[in-house]
Amino acid sequence: MQSFSARHLLGIKDISSTDIETIFETADNFKDVLNRPIKKVPSLRDITIANVFFENSTRTRLSFELAEKRLSADTINFSSSNSSVKKGETLVDTVNNILAMKVDMVVMRHSSPGAPHFLSRHIQANIVNAGDGTHEHPTQALLDAFSIREKLGDVTGKKVAIIGDILHSRVALSNIFCLQKLGAEVMVCGPITLLPKYISSLGVKVELDVKKALEWCDVANVLRIQLERQQIKYFPSLREYSLYYGINKQLLDQLDKTIVIMHPGPINRGVELNSDVADSEHSIILQQVENGVAIRMAVLYLLASAK
Amino acid sequence: MQKRLVLDQTQLNIILSRFCYQLIENHNDFDNTVLLGLQPRGSLVLDRLIERLKQITSSPVLHGYLDATFHRDDFRRRDLPLRANETKIDFLIENKKVVLVDDVLYKGRSVRAAMDAMIAFGRPQKVELMVLIDRKYTRDFPIKPDYYGRQVNTLESQYVSVEWKSQGFEKDAIWITEKSQKK
Repeated sequence: MQSFSARHLLGIKDISSTDIETIFETADNFKDVLNRPIKKVPSLRDITIANVFFENSTRTRLSFELAEKRLSADTINFSSSNSSVKKGETLVDTVNNILAMKVDMVVMRHSSPGAPHFLSRHIQANIVNAGDGTHEHPTQALLDAFSIREKLGDVTGKKVAIIGDILHSRVALSNIFCLQKLGAEVMVCGPITLLPKYISSLGVKVELDVKKALEWCDVANVLRIQLERQQIKYFPSLREYSLYYGINKQLLDQLDKTIVIMHPGPINRGVELNSDVADSEHSIILQQVENGVAIRMAVLYLLASAK
Repeated sequence: MQKRLVLDQTQLNIILSRFCYQLIENHNDFDNTVLLGLQPRGSLVLDRLIERLKQITSSPVLHGYLDATFHRDDFRRRDLPLRANETKIDFLIENKKVVLVDDVLYKGRSVRAAMDAMIAFGRPQKVELMVLIDRKYTRDFPIKPDYYGRQVNTLESQYVSVEWKSQGFEKDAIWITEKSQKK
């Protein structure tokens, strides 16, 4: 087996396509474990993992925690809302205090882009980035690509449109890196105000018309409008956004092919995605959640297996 | 030391046939018995065994592949990550007689891990172990085969390599080689 080249999973940008394939192959086996009567393996039984979340999360934290438990790791959870961070402690101090309790791995979410990279230069433990601001969310991109591979057989040569708030999305950036490394074609689509100015320099197609994007793609990964990160107004109203960029059944019925609909969650029903699409047979949203646990098990297993 | 032949194609065929008759003797029509090949190499032995059993008996034999990678005890003690293989068991082993099949029994650690992994599919009534080669006096765990092809005396510095025609080798054969000469 190829050795996993990284000590940390900070972003998809830092890992190779071989690493991604290694993660997928390992995740295939963990997915099999998750479908057994006993869904637990003892691999990480002497490993302690701290889930350090400086930003709110439900799905990702639960998914990581379940992955850790399925691997028999010991886990501790930390969220900034009720901690000493509020009392003025620095990031390195907070994490070093957690590590003093003999923790081997840190899964971290932080609102500042680059926070896990900064931490990786100051501490010994393996770090998994569970989302850093508007920068990267590597495990989400891995599970998205893994779900496409599962649904369509392969990622290479597939056309994937990422639709919505690209500007504030760490999922979009990680997805672009991941899909391109696996040989897929990527398009971003959204209102011009929500597309980063130099996005085309990443080698992606840019489209403003959602209909054209849907006609082009095999897979549409629809993103949430991140109102909490928007300090100014980027579009007149949610209603108008929904009218121009919301995806509904009527829109999909006009296409001469069947496309796969994905969403990293949480969905704002009626805004970016209508219920008649989110709950339809086109959607693999719940499979993404299921695959998330297998992918996170694979990442933790591979990072922990390095001596 | 030179490469030494332990079993050639004819001897292997005789042993596989003997295994089949021993299994039939002990398990009758395989009504409540399952065979599990330990991934990766035990599965190749199992495939051969099933092929032979089909020629001898008309009873269907429930079988599958078991991978014990995630249950091994040398995790984090190797330079490379342990590579997992597919586990292919689409039945429960609850209350069944299980025969674990592997090619070489050495330290007994893989078999221990396999028994651990097997429990995820239910509580078996009885477990037996079948191996082509039993390396004597090398065990780390109190594990003994119920069926073996040949017992051999080996050194730590030696390696038992099992070659199958289906894997691209010239003939089916089992060799003892020095570890440095290992293919």
